[in-house]
Amino acid sequence: MEKTYTVPLSLEDRLSIRAGDYLYLTGTIYTARDAAHQRMWEALKNNEELPIEIKGQCIYYLGPSPARPGKIIGSAGPTTSSRMDKYTPDLLNLGLTAMIGKGKRSPEVHRSIVENQAVYFAAVGGAGALLSQCIKRATVVAYEDLGTEAIRKLEVENMPVIAIIDTTGKDLYEGGVDEEINTK
Amino acid sequence: MREIQIQEIRNAIKEMCVETNHFLSEDMKNALIDARITESNLLGKKILKQLETNLEIAGNKMIPICQDTGMAVVFAKVGQEVSIIGGDFETAINEGIALGYEEGYLRKSVVNDPLLRVNTGDNTPGIIHTEIVKGNQITLTLTPKGFGSENMSRIYMLKPSDGRQGVIEAVVETVREAGPNACPPLVVGVGIGGDFEKSAQMAKEALTRPINEPAKALHIQELEQEILDKVNQLNIGPGGLGGNTTALAVHINTYPTHIAGMPVAINLCCHVNRHATRVL
Repeated sequence: MEKTYTVPLSLEDRLSIRAGDYLYLTGTIYTARDAAHQRMWEALKNNEELPIEIKGQCIYYLGPSPARPGKIIGSAGPTTSSRMDKYTPDLLNLGLTAMIGKGKRSPEVHRSIVENQAVYFAAVGGAGALLSQCIKRATVVAYEDLGTEAIRKLEVENMPVIAIIDTTGKDLYEGGVDEEINTK
Repeated sequence: MREIQIQEIRNAIKEMCVETNHFLSEDMKNALIDARITESNLLGKKILKQLETNLEIAGNKMIPICQDTGMAVVFAKVGQEVSIIGGDFETAINEGIALGYEEGYLRKSVVNDPLLRVNTGDNTPGIIHTEIVKGNQITLTLTPKGFGSENMSRIYMLKPSDGRQGVIEAVVETVREAGPNACPPLVVGVGIGGDFEKSAQMAKEALTRPINEPAKALHIQELEQEILDKVNQLNIGPGGLGGNTTALAVHINTYPTHIAGMPVAINLCCHVNRHATRVL
């Protein structure tokens, strides 16, 4: 039985999710990728406020393709997470609780995920058309000039993800997949 | 001289930008379906099924297969008996890219300068490799290249003494390091020989070869198969979550090289290995 979790995730849910769990997310998430992360990071260095409240939230590493007329969003799959590693511990320390991307994270990010009781998920890379169907609303909320790299607030429904790094520090990419715990 | 109008070139490029980003070639699609049958890992099977569904949605609803609709790479083989009329060749290609990416609702992913990084807004310029060949036709191959896999590509300047085994190790190491980042199952393009840049260009062009159409030379065919088997024992699998489908194919192109060297370039491509060809 695959379970649906509400995002932002409660602490209780984060503590119960295990690396290897295949699950679905429903609720509110924010998109940010390279350029938006760099801007947020520079804002923090300059003691400026971030354009969104990070505390408790989930970031999806996504730069969508443009929406066709009348559509909510274009193709919307994950980008490689490691490019955000430099910026991620600062955001986790501010209360970011979950990230969705693809690929490995640095040891620093791994440590910070555990310290902050956060979770790192992967969505299937290259499945942008499929994942776009889970997005029910998309609004640009910051850095509009960055185009595809702007920060968007998304309402998602049953978005399929796989837990990669859990609050205990287990990393699915390192440990391999135990088929017994693939689904929950 | 046979005359070819510049609009024909522009239109062909435009059409291929839209087509490749919504429809995979039959050989790629079949390779993914076959992989789902042979994949031994349950989660891997599930991911491959998702990729099949993704292709159906992309084609039916005209949503790009992947949001990274790539940097447009063009291999142009221009017959020396062709006269191009009405404008210049590279401008026509870039106009075709700009039109295709705008009208096809494709993501514009190109920045004007690698350090200043301002988006050019129309996905130009493309990367254009032009070759003058015999004949009176122009063959255009367009391959929009995503950067998740491009970033994990490598060049090794091996020594002649590294030999066949050195090539195998270089490719396997590249795929192992790429792990989940390059969106496996991969197509692995390899260029062996030539010089530094020739090897890289061959590796890219090898990705446009139909899946599992083996290299012409027998010893290279055998090398392709041996590397494919080794790569698929890495247990990276679909989405990097384990399994025996890490790569769908290994394609190797070769070229004569210098007595002192053996360049090996490995250009990885994700499962969205998009390419199309038009002959004008």
